[in-house]
Amino acid sequence: MDLSAINPILLLASLMVAATPIILAAVGELIVERAGVLNLGVEGMMITGAVCGFIVAVNTGSPFLGFIGAAIGGAVLSLLFGFLTQFLLANQVATGLALTLFGLGLSALMGQNYIGIKAPEFPDWHIPLLGDIPVIGPIVFQHDPMVYVGLAIVVAVWAFLKFSRAGLVLRAVGENHEAAHALGYHVVRVRMLAIMFGGACAGLGGAYLSLVRVPQWTEGMTAGAGWIALAIVVFASWKPMRLLLGAYLFGGVTVLQLNLQAAGMAIPVEYLSMSPYLATIAVLVIMRSGRAPGSLGQSFHASR
Amino acid sequence: MTQPLLALSGLTKAYPGVVANKDVSFNILPGEVHALLGENGAGKSTLVKTIYGLVKPDSGTMMLNGAPFTPTEPRAARASGVAMVFQHFSLFDAMNVAENIALGMENPPPQREIAAQVRAVSDQYGLPLDPTRIVGELSAGERQRVEIIRCLLQDPKLLIMDEPTSVLTPQEVEILFKTLRKLSAEGTAILYISHKLEEIRALCKNATVLRLGQVVGTCDPRTTSARDMAELMVGSALHVPERAARAAGDTILALKGLSANAPHQFGTALQDITIDVKKGEVLGIGGVAGNGQDELVAALSGEMRTADGMISYQGKNIGHLGPNQRRKGGLLTAPEERMGHAAAPDMSLIENAALTATTRKELATKGFLNWRKARSFAEDVITTFDVRTPGSNNTARSLSGGNLQKFVIGREIMQDPVVLVVNQPTWGVDASAAAAIRQALLDLAANGAAVICISQDLDELMEISDRFAALNEGRLSAPRPAQGLTVEEIGLLLGGAHDMEVAHVDA
Repeated sequence: MDLSAINPILLLASLMVAATPIILAAVGELIVERAGVLNLGVEGMMITGAVCGFIVAVNTGSPFLGFIGAAIGGAVLSLLFGFLTQFLLANQVATGLALTLFGLGLSALMGQNYIGIKAPEFPDWHIPLLGDIPVIGPIVFQHDPMVYVGLAIVVAVWAFLKFSRAGLVLRAVGENHEAAHALGYHVVRVRMLAIMFGGACAGLGGAYLSLVRVPQWTEGMTAGAGWIALAIVVFASWKPMRLLLGAYLFGGVTVLQLNLQAAGMAIPVEYLSMSPYLATIAVLVIMRSGRAPGSLGQSFHASR
Repeated sequence: MTQPLLALSGLTKAYPGVVANKDVSFNILPGEVHALLGENGAGKSTLVKTIYGLVKPDSGTMMLNGAPFTPTEPRAARASGVAMVFQHFSLFDAMNVAENIALGMENPPPQREIAAQVRAVSDQYGLPLDPTRIVGELSAGERQRVEIIRCLLQDPKLLIMDEPTSVLTPQEVEILFKTLRKLSAEGTAILYISHKLEEIRALCKNATVLRLGQVVGTCDPRTTSARDMAELMVGSALHVPERAARAAGDTILALKGLSANAPHQFGTALQDITIDVKKGEVLGIGGVAGNGQDELVAALSGEMRTADGMISYQGKNIGHLGPNQRRKGGLLTAPEERMGHAAAPDMSLIENAALTATTRKELATKGFLNWRKARSFAEDVITTFDVRTPGSNNTARSLSGGNLQKFVIGREIMQDPVVLVVNQPTWGVDASAAAAIRQALLDLAANGAAVICISQDLDELMEISDRFAALNEGRLSAPRPAQGLTVEEIGLLLGGAHDMEVAHVDA
């Protein structure tokens, strides 16, 4: 085994890239769950976003338009979930699982003619001055714009929940929907908006895989990233900054194990491949604290 | 004559199968404390929800200060100066006091200003409250203060209070009444809903009585007796439980130094509870919710196991036994929460009957349920306790609160318990059903069983208990004979000032 083949700067830099799709999907789900809705369809919305983004980007030649298309695709699919759970009061767990299966199938159908095509280039930014700082520059300041968009969304969500009136209402709806309704807040409206935001973010996360990370379309390419995003929301105790930590941990172990594989470590590949999941679960169990939103996963109907 | 602040005329609201309000008309004058009386299901809640903009009436009009008033949502009602304190607090446990208050306001100022305003209002009205505390950690009385201050910060012209005193100690009720009288003197009208008639007599100048959605009378509570008002609400003469004098028997259940940690976060640990329960007595345990009632019930029912030697039943140690083994021996429990704890909401009454009675009524043979036997047991409970339901196949959820409570209590009583533990047996139950439940508990004790009745309703405890003890922060005071206890003494017991202060009052 040759550990010197692993370049620590490159490793840390690719950690940020590896974590980005999970950050995007997880921060969307965080908002959904803070509003009291449990959407297990993150994986399905991610893969739908991945294929929508890829199709738009290939046809227009613009990765930016691709990301916009991915956000719209994810949000439209989440509307289906919202309609079923918020208006028809379907069970959220079952509907979310169905959404994942549906999204996997739908994306395979949509992407049939796009297999084997390369996505249009999405160049890295080389941020002037900051990007030139030795060590830190290449790690933090020489990525594609979506890495920073993901970080910006996390910070915005944090500020939204902590400082804004709308964020307070959203938390109230998730905490006790009966009380929020009694005070005159529109529970279903708030939840629909949250669900759509979650869908759009999951779509962006999926498109990041198909347009930047891979960058190609293959069936089932999200490979469980949506489930990891769901787990990280819980591990983060529904707090945006902890979510960032969890996503970087998962991304870090993923990148590290890939490098170890490449370096020819004398451990069966299967163990290395499972290590990111094991590490995330272990930390999830150890750090778990904080309370879930009080109305999480319950259907609301203003019948009384 | 002054112009009424709020004039209701001909308000009607029908839900499928039931008319909640029918042609309701009355006036509320500025600065008056107006009582709205009625049994459960009389339409009080629907009426106040209409005023608060949560329910849209089918017909009828409301006038506020002479102008038409048709709030389409609570926001509009609040903007017009109508504020409401809910029966089941509309608070958010995981948030702090200031955040909770901000949620009930239009255009709230930044958090820091709210905190300052909260401090100012709580000084002015004598309602101490720290704006930075998390609501989940507050006592029921403090939580209610949050609701009241939330309303007061909006400077309301009409304050609606739905059953505000059900969870308060007598001292807290006094503080509340002082606040309300002060508000009334400042010109705020208060619409006060309660079925505690003595409180209404002490506080209100006017009362409107609803029965089955209709106004059946008005009275001046200061000059009308509580009994007359109750009969106006019920529509017939009220039955008062009778108690036969009886001698206490041998000790059947003994708690010795019972201590246990709370099973939940926000729970209360039990600390060193020692008491002997005797055959044929009703032991009343008073206390404000959240002082260890749920934990005590869990320890007695077997949901929570306790260390060896802390609980002995018929001389045997039972701390390690689960609920079914305790049931088998005759120690039965009816917990407080009807939906979800005492009954499974979406299961039929037959299934709910079978759930606790299987062991004692031998409803199962070799692991197979005998549904015919279960049905006849459920129907026995329904007839004996006058549970109003179309049939035993109906789900528990479909019953009104009072009827389900009769079923839940009846189900245990019909299993011939040796010791019966009940928590809040008449919570949210109207006067006639409550009287029936209390009578059944007294009859049970008269037949030699021991009854432990945990309740926040002190009138109820005084009516049925032989001995009274108070639960406060997980500690149980020494039991005292219930006969002759005064409200002041009880209040001091509940406040946690044990024997010493009481002796002081006696002197």
